[in-house]
Amino acid sequence: MIELIQEFFRQLAADYPRWNFIFFYEERQFDKVAEGLWVTVQLSVFCIFFSVLVGVVGAWMQGSPSRLLRMIVQGYIQFFRNTPPLVQLLFFYFALGQFTPTHSPDGWLEVPIISNVGWAVISLSLFAGAFNVEIFRAGIEAVPESTREASDSLGFTRLQTYGYIVLPLALRICLPSLNNNLVNLVKTTTQAFAIAVPEMLYQSVTIWNDYPSAQNPMMLVLFVVYILLVGVVVMSMNRWERAMKIPGYGT
Amino acid sequence: MQKVLSAAILSAITLTSVSAYSAQCTNETWNRVMERGKVVVGVKADYKPWGYRNESGELVGMEIDMAKDVAATMGVELELVPVQSSNRMQFLEQGKIDMMIATMSDRKDRREIVGIVQPNYYTSGTNVMAPKALALKEWTDLSGKPVCGKQGAFYNKIVEERYDADIVAFTGNAEAKQALRDKKCIAWVYDDSSIMADLASGNWDDFEMPMQTEDDNPWGLAVPKDELNCVFGKFMSGMQYNWHQSGALIELEKKWGIQATSYLEKQNQRFGDWLAE
Repeated sequence: MIELIQEFFRQLAADYPRWNFIFFYEERQFDKVAEGLWVTVQLSVFCIFFSVLVGVVGAWMQGSPSRLLRMIVQGYIQFFRNTPPLVQLLFFYFALGQFTPTHSPDGWLEVPIISNVGWAVISLSLFAGAFNVEIFRAGIEAVPESTREASDSLGFTRLQTYGYIVLPLALRICLPSLNNNLVNLVKTTTQAFAIAVPEMLYQSVTIWNDYPSAQNPMMLVLFVVYILLVGVVVMSMNRWERAMKIPGYGT
Repeated sequence: MQKVLSAAILSAITLTSVSAYSAQCTNETWNRVMERGKVVVGVKADYKPWGYRNESGELVGMEIDMAKDVAATMGVELELVPVQSSNRMQFLEQGKIDMMIATMSDRKDRREIVGIVQPNYYTSGTNVMAPKALALKEWTDLSGKPVCGKQGAFYNKIVEERYDADIVAFTGNAEAKQALRDKKCIAWVYDDSSIMADLASGNWDDFEMPMQTEDDNPWGLAVPKDELNCVFGKFMSGMQYNWHQSGALIELEKKWGIQATSYLEKQNQRFGDWLAE
C-alpha cells in the first residue's frame, strides 16, 4: 500500500514537474514535515497555555487597588499590543538573548539557557497575552457590579471573588473573542521562522529551497495543516463553550 | 479532389509548424523590455561585493556592473530589484523581474524552473567561516554541532546529510552572521568567495575559513525559462561569452577586490581569440 502511494507521487512528480510531493516518497523529507508539524503543535499548545495564564493574571492585576500594579499591566499591554510580533521575536532572540546565562560544551559555543524555541514561546505568549488581558477585562466588566457586591457582602476576599465568582462568569462571556485570539496565535507561530525555529513553515521553506519543484505541494501542505490545526482549536473551544453554558445566562 | 486534399494537408503542416514555432519563441519578455525601454534585473542586496548597498544606499557590486553592461548593450534603461536566495526564481517566474544576476548556483533542478544561460559567468564552492579559537580542520568536525546557514542555499542539505551537521538556517545573511557572532553556532556555511570577502573586510579578524572548499559550483544568470532558446537567452549567452573573452569579468573581479578565481582565467583562455596578439 505504502509503496503504491510512493510510486503514485513519484510518477506525479515525473509527469508534472511543479507538483513534486517529495515527502511522500523520500523519508528524510517526510521526517522534516513530521518534525515541523510536531514543533508547531508544541509551540501552539505552550503559547495558548501561557497566553491564557497571562490574560487571567493580567486582568486580575488590572482590577487591583494598587495604582502601580495597574500601570505595569497597562504598560505591558501597550508595548506588546502595539508592536509587530515579528519585531518582538527578533528583539527577544537577538537583543535580550545576549543577556541570558549560557553554558559552553566546547569552550567557544555559548548555548543560552533559553533556546530560540524558548524565546518564541515567551515572545508569542506575551504578545497574545496582551490581547487576552483586554479580552478578559471585557468579560469581567460585563459581570454586574451587584454580583460582585453580593460576594463581597458574603465575606469573600478580592482573590476569592475573582476566582470563584467573577472569572467563571467572565470566561463564558469572553470565550468567543478569546477563541479568535487563540486562532490568530496559532497562525502567528509561523513567524518564529525568522529566528530559525524549526516549525512547519521553516521546514516547508527548507524543503522547497532544496527542491524547487516541491514549492506548490509544500504550500498546499501548509494550508491543509493550518486549516486542520485551527479547526481543532476552534472545535475544542466551541465544545468548551457549550459545556460551560449556563441556561439563561448571557443570552 | 487530390489537389484540395494535398492543399489542405500542406496548409495544416505549415499551420502546425508555424504555431509550434511561435509557441516556442514569443520573445514576450524581450519585446516588453524593448517596448518600454527598460530592463528590470534582479540582483542581490546583501552579498558583498557582488551585490550590496553602498553607504548612500545605492545598489553596487560586480553583478550590478554586469547588469549595467547588459542594459547598455541592449540600449535600454536599467532598473535593479533586490532579490533573496529564497525568492529569486519566483520573482523571475512571475515576471517581477525580466532576468536575474543574483549569485545563483547553476543546479539541475533550478534549470527546470528558470532559463539558466550558458556559459556560466562565475563559480564558487562551499566553505565555512569559523572562529580561530575552535581550530576546526575537517568538515567532519561539524558533526552534531549547530552550524548557521541561510535559507535558500543548496549546500545546507549537503552539509547536513554528508557531515551530519545541525543546520540552523536564518532568512538573511545578517541574522545568520549575527548568530555566529553571538556564538549560537560554531560556524557559518556559505560560498567561499563571499566568506573570503568578509574576512578581507577586517570585521571578522577572529575568524577563519578552515575547510577544504567543496562542491565547486558554477553560477548562472537566468532569463525566463520560455526564452532560454530565444532572443533573450541567446543574447545573454553572447554577453557572457564576450565577458569571458575580453577578460571583462577578470577586470571586475579586480575592481571589486575579489580574490582571483582560476575559473575565470581558464574561461578567458578557452574563449580567447586565436588571432589576438
